Amino acid sequence: MNGESLEKKDPFPGEAPIPLKQLQKFQRGEKYKVPAGASRRLKEAIISSEAMSDLAQKQAARYDLLLPEDAGFLEGDEDEDTNTISQDVIADAVDITSGSKYFSLHLSQFGPYRLDYSRNGWHLLVGGKKGHVACIDWQSKCLMCEMNVMETVNDQLDQAMFAVAQKRWLYIYDSKGVELHCVKKFNDVLRMQFLPYHFLLATASATGFLQYLDVSVGKEVAAICTKMGPLDVMSQNPHNAIIHLGHPNGTVSLWSPNQKEPLVKMLCHRGAVRSLTVDKTGTRVSQSLDRKLKVQRGLLSAATGDIVQVYQNVLGSSPVSKPYMAHRLRGQIWGLAYCPFEDVLGIGHGEGFTSMIVPGAGEPNFDALDTNPYRSSKQRQEWEVKALLEKMQPELIGLDPGQLSKVDQASFEQRHKEQVEALGFDPLAKDKFKPKTKKKGRSSAGAIEKRKRKVAHEDQRDVIQQTVQERTEREKELKEKSKEKKNLENKTTLDRFRK
Amino acid sequence: MKVKVLCRNPDDYVRETTRDIQRVPRNYDPTLHPFEVPREYTRALNATKLERVFAKPFVASLDGHRDGISCITKHAKSLSTIISGACDGEVKVWNLPRQECLRTVQAHEGFVRGICSRFCGTSFFTVGDDKTIKQWNWEAPGYGVREEPINTILGKAVFTGIDHHQREGTFVTCGQTVDIWDEQRSSPIRSFSWGVDSFSCVRYNPVETELLASCASDRSVVLYDTRESAPLRKVIMQLRSNTLCWNPMEAYYFTCANEDYNLYTYDIRHLDVPVTVHMDHVSAVLDVDYSPTGREFVSASFDKTIRIFPKDKGHSREVYHTKRMQHVICVRWSADNKYVLSGSDEMNIRLWKANASEKLGLLSAREKAATHYNKKLIEKFQHHPQVRRIARHRHLPGDILKQKRELREMREARRRKEQNVRKHSKPGSVPLLTEKEKHVVAVVE
Repeated sequence: MNGESLEKKDPFPGEAPIPLKQLQKFQRGEKYKVPAGASRRLKEAIISSEAMSDLAQKQAARYDLLLPEDAGFLEGDEDEDTNTISQDVIADAVDITSGSKYFSLHLSQFGPYRLDYSRNGWHLLVGGKKGHVACIDWQSKCLMCEMNVMETVNDQLDQAMFAVAQKRWLYIYDSKGVELHCVKKFNDVLRMQFLPYHFLLATASATGFLQYLDVSVGKEVAAICTKMGPLDVMSQNPHNAIIHLGHPNGTVSLWSPNQKEPLVKMLCHRGAVRSLTVDKTGTRVSQSLDRKLKVQRGLLSAATGDIVQVYQNVLGSSPVSKPYMAHRLRGQIWGLAYCPFEDVLGIGHGEGFTSMIVPGAGEPNFDALDTNPYRSSKQRQEWEVKALLEKMQPELIGLDPGQLSKVDQASFEQRHKEQVEALGFDPLAKDKFKPKTKKKGRSSAGAIEKRKRKVAHEDQRDVIQQTVQERTEREKELKEKSKEKKNLENKTTLDRFRK
Repeated sequence: MKVKVLCRNPDDYVRETTRDIQRVPRNYDPTLHPFEVPREYTRALNATKLERVFAKPFVASLDGHRDGISCITKHAKSLSTIISGACDGEVKVWNLPRQECLRTVQAHEGFVRGICSRFCGTSFFTVGDDKTIKQWNWEAPGYGVREEPINTILGKAVFTGIDHHQREGTFVTCGQTVDIWDEQRSSPIRSFSWGVDSFSCVRYNPVETELLASCASDRSVVLYDTRESAPLRKVIMQLRSNTLCWNPMEAYYFTCANEDYNLYTYDIRHLDVPVTVHMDHVSAVLDVDYSPTGREFVSASFDKTIRIFPKDKGHSREVYHTKRMQHVICVRWSADNKYVLSGSDEMNIRLWKANASEKLGLLSAREKAATHYNKKLIEKFQHHPQVRRIARHRHLPGDILKQKRELREMREARRRKEQNVRKHSKPGSVPLLTEKEKHVVAVVE
C-alpha cells in the first residue's frame, strides 16, 4: 500500500565517477579562461567549446574501462629477486603460445646480427654484418624472404618494403626480397630511422651527413651537413619526429629537416655518447658506456657484452637500484628491439637472434585504425591509402608538435599594428563608457558623473597593474645590483681563507 | 613467482566469416596517436581542396519564357512548384523536379510587376503594368476551358509590388501609395503614404504578421504597422533600395538591397545604424531573399552574379556566375534550404545548389559522418593562411574582377584623403565615422 517503499531507488544516483588519473590521461592542454572584457559571442564560443572538449575527455576516459587486455607482469615471491628468474622457468610457467615466444635462431656464420620489428610487430627483419638478410613472421616462424647481399650490412628498417644500408649505398627491397631501388645519393649510411607519419627515412652517414628520403614520392627532402664527424648514434623521438644524434664529445643534438643547424645541442656525458633512445612520450635516455639501450612502457633494456638487463619504472622520479630481469647469451650483443604489441624483447648477437620474454613490455590494447597486427590484406590496402592521404609535410616537424593549434602571437600583433596604421583608429579598442540618459530628471550632470566614476577605475585597472609590476621588477633589479656591488666592495685578500 | 605474459586470442581480433565486417578494436590513448594537430591540419587541407573540387553548384536551367524574368515566387505549401512572371506579361508555373513548365498564363499586358501566393496554397495574385490585380487558381483549368482569373481589380495607378498576409485574407500592394486590401473588397481598406511619389517593394513580416516594410523612391525604407493609422518611421539612406526581405527567424531584422552596390541589415528598433553592411557586389543589387533558416541570404545584382552572404558577416561566402547569365533581376531561396533560383534578363530561370559542394540525394550514415567531419575540420582551421587561401578562392569573370579592383582603389583613395584631412585639421573637428555610420542620412519618426 505504500507505493514509495515498493519503488526501487537507485543506490548510486547520478553519473558514475571517473578516477582523476584516467581523466588526466586524456587531457590535452589547459582549460581556457574567458578573458575579462570579452564580448558575448566570444564568451559563448569559449564556453561551448570547453563543454565539448570536457565531454570528449570524459567519454574517452570511460571507454578506457572497456579495453579488453591487461598488461603483463612478473612478481617474485617474498625472498625471490625477479632478476634471478631465468627465461626457461618463465617459458615453462606460462601457456604454450607465450612460452614459444622465447626462442633462438642459431646463425653463427654471417656475423653479429642487427634486427628490427615491423610497426605492427608481426614481421621481424634480421641482418647479419656479413650480408645475410632475412624477413620472417616470428610467431609462426614462417620465412618471408632470405638472401645474402654479399656486402656488409650496417642497418635495416622494415615496412612492406624494407631498406638495407649496405656497405656503399642504400638498397630497398620488397617483401619477397627483390631489389627495387639502389639509392646512390645515400652513401656510407651507418644508421637509419623511419618517421612513419611523415613517410620519411632519416639516414645518418659516416661522412657526417643527415639525409631525409620521402619514401612515398622517392625524393630526397633534406641533406644536412652536420659537421660533427661520423654519425654513429641515432634515435628518433616518436612524439615529435625529431632526430637525435649522439657524438663522441658527449653532446646530443636534435635535428629537423627544416633547419641546417641543430635545433638543440646539449651536453649529456663526459665521455662519448654510445647509445641513445627515446620513449614514446618523449623522455630521453642516453648512455656513455658501450651499451645498447631501448625503452618501452617504462622498461629500459640495457645490453653490454653478452648480458641483457631490463630495468623497471625508469621514467618515474625515484632512482632504480636493481634490474627487473636479466639474461645471459652466448655471443656479443649487437642489436636490441622491443616488439611493439607483445611482451617480447628481440636480441641480435654474434651467434644469431634470441627472443626474450619481458612481461609488461608490450602495449596491451592497440588501436586498429593506427596499427593492427591482425589486419587482412584488404585492411592493409585501405590503411595505406589513408596513411598516404594524411602524410604530413616535413615542414611541420618541430620541437612542439602542437604548435599549429596555438595562436601565432607575434604575427597577430604585427597585423594589428598595420591595421591600426591603415585605418587611423584601433578597431579592437573598447569604446569609452557612455552612460545612458535617463528620463524623469534622473540624468542630471551630477548623477551622470557618479555613474561614470563607478566604471572609471576599470579602464585604468590593467594599466595600473602593469605599471606597478614593472616598477617592482625594476626595484628588484636595482636592489640586486646594489647587493652585488656591496659584496664586491667588501672583499679583501683574506676572504679566500674564510670558509 | 607470479607471472602473466600478454597473450591474445586471435579469435577475438579476426572476424568469424567473410560475411561479417572486420573487427576494429580502438584505444584512444593519446600516446598511441602522436601528431594529433598536424594530422588534423593535413586532413583539413585535404577537405578544403576536395570541397573546391566538388563545388559544382549549377543544377538546371528552366527555359521557356520569351522575355526577361521580372519576378519569381515559391508555392506556399509545395516544394516542387514555383511561379515566374516575365516582362511581356506571361506567367509560367514550373515543376522543379521534372524541370518543365506546367502551365502558361498571359496574365497582363506589359510587365508582370509582382506575384505572391496565398498562404493556403490554392491561389496566387499577380500585379502588372496594366494597373490590375488578378487572382488565379493554382490548379490548371480543365481541357478546353479558357484560362480566367478568379478575380480582377482595376486600380488607378500602376502597382509595382504585392505581398500577402501570412494568416488572414489580406494583401498589400505598393505603387503610388501602400494599400492594404481585403480579398472580398475591390477597393483598399487602408492606404499609407508619406509624401513619396512611388514605392518599389513592399513586404509583410513573416513572424510579426502585422508589420510591413516598403522601399520608397526618396531613398528611404518605411516601416508600417497595420494596427496603427500612420506609418511608424522611415530611415533615409544615400541611395535608393530596390528590394527588401525580412529575416524569417528573427522578427526585427530586415535586409535591403541598395543601389550603392551594398546590402544593409537593419534592426527595426535601432534604425539609426545598420547592424551589418554587406559589401561585395560591383553593381546595383536588385533582389534579396533569406534562407528559411534565417542564417544566410542570397542577393542578385546587376553585375551578372548572385552572391550568398552569412547574415552577420560583411562579405559573401559564395558567388555564382555563368557566361550565359546576364543581369539577374530576381532570386529566391527554396523552402528546403537546399536550392537557390535566379531569374535573369536572358529569359532563363536557373536552379543552383545553396551549398556548392553538397552531394544531393540520400546519403548513407558514413557519408554523412564524413561530410560533417570535413565541415568541422574546415571550420576549425579556417584561420590558417593555407586553408584560408584555398577556401576563399573563387573564380570571377574578368570584368567583375577589374571592377572590383577599381572600386577598391577608389575606396582606398577616399580613405587616404579623409585621413589626411583629419591629420591636418584641429583634433576632433573631423569625426571618426565607422563604415556602418556612413550610409544612413536620417531616421524620421
